[in-house]
Amino acid sequence: MIAEIGHFALILALGVALLQAVVPLWGARRNDPVLMGLAGPASVVQFLLVAVSFAALTHAYVVSDFSVMNVFSNSHTDKPLLYKVSGVWGNHEGSLLLWITILALFGLAVSLFGGNLPPGLKARALAVQAMITVGFLLFILFTSNPFERLDPPPINGQGLNPLLQDPGLAFHPPFLYLGYVGFSMAFSFAIAALIEGRVDAAWARWVRPWTLVAWVFLTCGIVLGSWWAYYELGWGGWWYWDPVENASFMPWLAGTALLHSAVVVEKRDALKSWTIFLAILAFGLSLLGTFLVRSGVITSVHAFASDPTRGVFILGLLVIAIGGSFALYAVRAPSLKTGGLFAPISREGALLLNNVLMATGAGTVLLGTLYPLFADAFDLGKVSVGPPFFNSVFVPLMVPMVLAMAAGPFMSWKRADLMGVLGRLKLVLGLAVVAAGVTWFLEGGTAGPWWAAGGIGLAVWLFLGTLAEWAERVRLFKAPAEALGRARRLPRAAWGMTLAHAGLALFIAGATASSAWKQESVQSQKVGEAVTVAGYTFTLTDVRDVQGPNYVASTGTFEVTRDGKPFATMTPAKRTYKMPPRPTTEAAIVGTFWGDVYAVVGDKDPDGGYVTRLYFNPLVPWMWMGALVMVIGGLVSLSDRRHRVGAPTRARAGAKTQPAKA
Amino acid sequence: MTRKQRRLYFVVLGVLAVGAAAALVLTALRQDIVFFFSPSEILEAKVPTEGRRIRLGGLVEQGSVVKDGAIVRFRVTDGAHTLPVVYSGLLPDLFREGQGVVTEGKMGPDGEFQAAEVLAKHDENYMPKEVAESLKKTGHWQGESQPAK
Repeated sequence: MIAEIGHFALILALGVALLQAVVPLWGARRNDPVLMGLAGPASVVQFLLVAVSFAALTHAYVVSDFSVMNVFSNSHTDKPLLYKVSGVWGNHEGSLLLWITILALFGLAVSLFGGNLPPGLKARALAVQAMITVGFLLFILFTSNPFERLDPPPINGQGLNPLLQDPGLAFHPPFLYLGYVGFSMAFSFAIAALIEGRVDAAWARWVRPWTLVAWVFLTCGIVLGSWWAYYELGWGGWWYWDPVENASFMPWLAGTALLHSAVVVEKRDALKSWTIFLAILAFGLSLLGTFLVRSGVITSVHAFASDPTRGVFILGLLVIAIGGSFALYAVRAPSLKTGGLFAPISREGALLLNNVLMATGAGTVLLGTLYPLFADAFDLGKVSVGPPFFNSVFVPLMVPMVLAMAAGPFMSWKRADLMGVLGRLKLVLGLAVVAAGVTWFLEGGTAGPWWAAGGIGLAVWLFLGTLAEWAERVRLFKAPAEALGRARRLPRAAWGMTLAHAGLALFIAGATASSAWKQESVQSQKVGEAVTVAGYTFTLTDVRDVQGPNYVASTGTFEVTRDGKPFATMTPAKRTYKMPPRPTTEAAIVGTFWGDVYAVVGDKDPDGGYVTRLYFNPLVPWMWMGALVMVIGGLVSLSDRRHRVGAPTRARAGAKTQPAKA
Repeated sequence: MTRKQRRLYFVVLGVLAVGAAAALVLTALRQDIVFFFSPSEILEAKVPTEGRRIRLGGLVEQGSVVKDGAIVRFRVTDGAHTLPVVYSGLLPDLFREGQGVVTEGKMGPDGEFQAAEVLAKHDENYMPKEVAESLKKTGHWQGESQPAK
């Protein structure tokens, strides 16, 4: 019964969404406040209906109602409650329902917080938001109904893929979707602005915080996924340039560019049509990401719950949404008035450089991701495009960006003095070169890759450059006594920028070190034998079976010593789940300041030994720390009162001046 | 700076970035992409495989897996031809005899494929697309093992 209510609520939501997609748009055209006003309540009702539906599916999972096919295929009574709940989105149908729920949530946010938006813009944006909802609701209702029944109901379910039974991956999809779908806000507002033919600072002030929200969630989602791959797959790596990973990285790149270009629109009234373009691109890439992951058109190691036949529907949706919005863009963008002028060497110029490089970077990732499809279609052979391609294409494009990133914040708006900026950065530059030199020298012994010194130098350059800019802002060295007061009065957005840039520097250091100097040893180890990796001696002391809630784990115990002194006891395991009967690897990781000590135990071999894989992954904790600092930077910036949704300054661009051109 | 100059700056920047990216992409496409082959394609010498990093895909032949410490030998088949593979390291959790597999590495001089990686998959029902197609070609396709959902 509850499942039917969930299904019925979705059908009702489709009706409401259809209404919301048409009526407010028409109202905005006729400037009819009643029709436009319908958008707000409609989005509230729509959210409630979708929420009921989502709650119904969650209920079915929690009580293990196996008469619902989706629950039968993806759940089991033995599963811990957390994974019963996360099982809701651990499958195709449920994850789509989550997508729609988040979309409706953002629509709700517009109607709740958008009180002082110009009514025309609000009505149009909500209508566009509803159009996206209609597309996805049709998709779910016609091809992927999560509430389909089974008769007679089975006794127990088939269980969830054990790899997904993990805290990191339980929360990965919601965060990722909050990011993907969060870009729908910028998209809807971009389309609304194109229909109105007007983009101004008020528009940017509205779009910026929402893009920032999406960016923060997407960053969290990507990092959770990467972290999960690092500790759960037992390969000791954290990024493989797999199509599914790229699918989440491309919107991140476009979204990061959008975040920066929206600043220029807000402060300088320039780069308007470029910003609109990026808003469409960020959401378009989010849709493409959903399509790539859900359709299985490209071979990916991370393919979960994909179904090619249903992919065609998303492809259609993709073509309509992206094709339609770019067509609208082509027609309307030229009519957007361009504003403030600026010299190439200026804050705007630096942000534009960042944008162009980010967008080009996203373009190359897109090309590399889709190339196997093209190659197959044009009979160029079956190829896979992996890490070597992306490392030799994407990384060089990011080098000039990071170089400019430390200098950009020093530049003034409109026109800056490059020599002056470099003069203020000469100490930082000197230290970065020294750091690279020292790295090069230390590396000489181990014959590491040549680019590692460059990577460390870049990280130092960005980190110190960012700190130097902050120090200059608070006049740390010129007037140390007042520095604390100045730091306190520094706008939160400035703090956010400093934190995010410094976080990226930490990330670059970690990524460089872990790629360049990873140490690894794979061998067959008998109980009692010791192996030394990077100065850590791993002695396998015991392997025994341990019973878990729905699995049996073969758990190894390593006594790890460093220089003869005990360092840690590590217990990696290989779990065999009961339902579905499938093994997973649980790596044991002990983090230190300089890197992660990482151990994996594998199958028993005929001679009584165990295959073990032992790593030292240098500076990996720095990457997670850097990502965390970036996210904190985003949150701090979000708390800036100028970013607060509904800040009084926005009312300035009131409804009266609205040209109803469309 | 006039509007025209700014537009020119924008265009020059864009052309530079896209040009650099195109140069990098073209170089990388020549060197850094990895071709996928079935055992038949390699053994019938239809393709130059000497010294090049390639992917080999097919089914792990029943009863062919031999473990010697951390070194694993197995045979990959597409029904028509079979190729021996040697790999040193931990096999992915879902590696199984009779299942589809994709390995990446180089052909050794002795005709043994030296795998540097055995690609894992996260879902048992998932068959790499290339493997499915090459099996279809040799007529050994058993159909979808079972519908995913």
